[in-house]
Amino acid sequence: MEQAEVNAPAAAADIGAQYRAVVARRAAIVAGLALVSVVALLFDVITGPSSLSAVTVLQGLFQPDALSPSQSAIVWQVRLPYALMAVLVGAALSLAGAEMQTILNNALASPFTLGVSSAASFGASLAIVLGVGIPFLGGDWLVPVNAFVFAFGSVLLLQAMARLRGAGVETIVLFGIALVFAFNALIALVQFVSSQEALQQLVFWTMGSLSRATWSSVGVLAVVLALCAPFSMRAASAMTALRLGEDRAQSFGVDVRRLRFFSMLRVSLLAGASVAFVGAIGFIGLVGPHIARLLLGEDHRFLLPASLLSGAALMSLASVASKLLVPGVLMPVGIVTAMIGVPVFLLLIFRGSRA
Amino acid sequence: MSGQLSIEALTAGYHDAPVIKALSLPALSPGEVISLVGPNAAGKSTLMRALAGLLPATGRLHLGGQDVLAMGIAQRASLVTYMPQALPQGVGLSVLETLLSALEVAELDLSEQARIARAVSVLERLGVAKLAMRRLDELSGGQRQLAALAQALVRTPRVLLLDEPTSALDLHYQLRVLDLARETAREQGMIVMIVLHDLQAAARVSDRVAVLSQGAIDAFGAPEDAITPEVLARVYHVSARVERCARGRLQVIVDDVLR
Repeated sequence: MEQAEVNAPAAAADIGAQYRAVVARRAAIVAGLALVSVVALLFDVITGPSSLSAVTVLQGLFQPDALSPSQSAIVWQVRLPYALMAVLVGAALSLAGAEMQTILNNALASPFTLGVSSAASFGASLAIVLGVGIPFLGGDWLVPVNAFVFAFGSVLLLQAMARLRGAGVETIVLFGIALVFAFNALIALVQFVSSQEALQQLVFWTMGSLSRATWSSVGVLAVVLALCAPFSMRAASAMTALRLGEDRAQSFGVDVRRLRFFSMLRVSLLAGASVAFVGAIGFIGLVGPHIARLLLGEDHRFLLPASLLSGAALMSLASVASKLLVPGVLMPVGIVTAMIGVPVFLLLIFRGSRA
Repeated sequence: MSGQLSIEALTAGYHDAPVIKALSLPALSPGEVISLVGPNAAGKSTLMRALAGLLPATGRLHLGGQDVLAMGIAQRASLVTYMPQALPQGVGLSVLETLLSALEVAELDLSEQARIARAVSVLERLGVAKLAMRRLDELSGGQRQLAALAQALVRTPRVLLLDEPTSALDLHYQLRVLDLARETAREQGMIVMIVLHDLQAAARVSDRVAVLSQGAIDAFGAPEDAITPEVLARVYHVSARVERCARGRLQVIVDDVLR
């Protein structure tokens, strides 16, 4: 016993040093992901069907006057808002997915798998096909606002389930899956009654595309993300504790109901605003957090920013791929997210299990 | 008296169906170890969870004169810590991280260095400091249970509620954990309440034993007063002898099952 006490400070110092090394490594990984995101963003901006060289585009970013009016329009009205939208949507969906996975204690939870995207698509379909929407909001905002209202509403429905007495997280997840089927059936119904033209528009919307990005939508999503992310970070320690189970977290002093309520509120804002502007984008909300988790574990002080950044990078890369896969054709990015996400995901899982 | 835990007419349960009905216990004093024994579904875990505030409860629950039922979650958790039976699977956190997270959410005014030192000292007391950097998922069942116990101990609550803390442990660690619970209670003036199935272990570790049956206290007192052949027949439906061995320890010898 005496010997143990003599050794105690040494052991604490040793373990402390090991822990600090782990923390430093994680900080480095987060910084690395930030770098990858920036590079992917730049790569996204310089890629496109028009014959602008990379140098011209990069020069145009820093010296807008050096571009001709048409070049300027391509860089400033198309490339840059699209690329920034990709980063913001990826970041928002991935952060929302990370929070959902922890709050619902389910690795398969994401805005896409639990009905948020389906709800948004249904909202959009009502606007596109039937012209039904929020009164006094017409024109360009009708579809996104409708999509947002439905996405937000679907998370509130999940939320209401969580508030119901006795409804455990498993029930919420099952309810979310039921929402997917319910909204998909409703979308099919709307499609059934829609005109040929509206149907085409709707199908394109549900694929998810960055081509709907404008500076105002980029601005709105940036504000939503900037508002939500600090609150997510403030809840990081409580979320880490929640990974040890609800009873234990509450026994540590975490108000789990409150944590879940505000987290779901952030999820509804992040996911709702994302899908409202670009349509249904699958996979990012699921894969982004998993990549982050595989890279640096579940300390949410690092997991949340890493999820946000890996989502942003993944979405940028998907955007690049959407321009390069078929030369001259801008594929809807929603198709590409899965195509690029699945192999990255599988690679990480296999590497993770080997380690 | 200061620091005493008094439970009076406590009622708690699920969905308006009370499992614990108007349960009262004599006041429990700091430094005391109380075992909670009883058959399955007697309400042991329900009582623990109600005491910790994880289930709504009515009645009177006072700690050192303070009304525990009226406290907010954070204040209550700083005084009463509950250790559930199991840790979830698939958690990507190291043992040390789980302890640090338990300290972080407590918002104690401690530097990171102080938190690490405190976490390591608890792990050392449990003899598992070498597991500090290992992930929970890589641990054996027994090691996980020790890690879970460390998470509860690191918060130094006034009342520690341990729900079957030895169920996955081998004989050596069972005794070690129970002795440690007792030591901690004595040294830090903690009230430690432990749910146990092993009556012999309960007799060994506790100052007093509460025998719970159908949501009510059937017997309460010193081990030799609470664990008697009559109580065992009534509560567990077994015919048993309770004798002292040559060293004076209480031994429960079960002869038969009563139908």
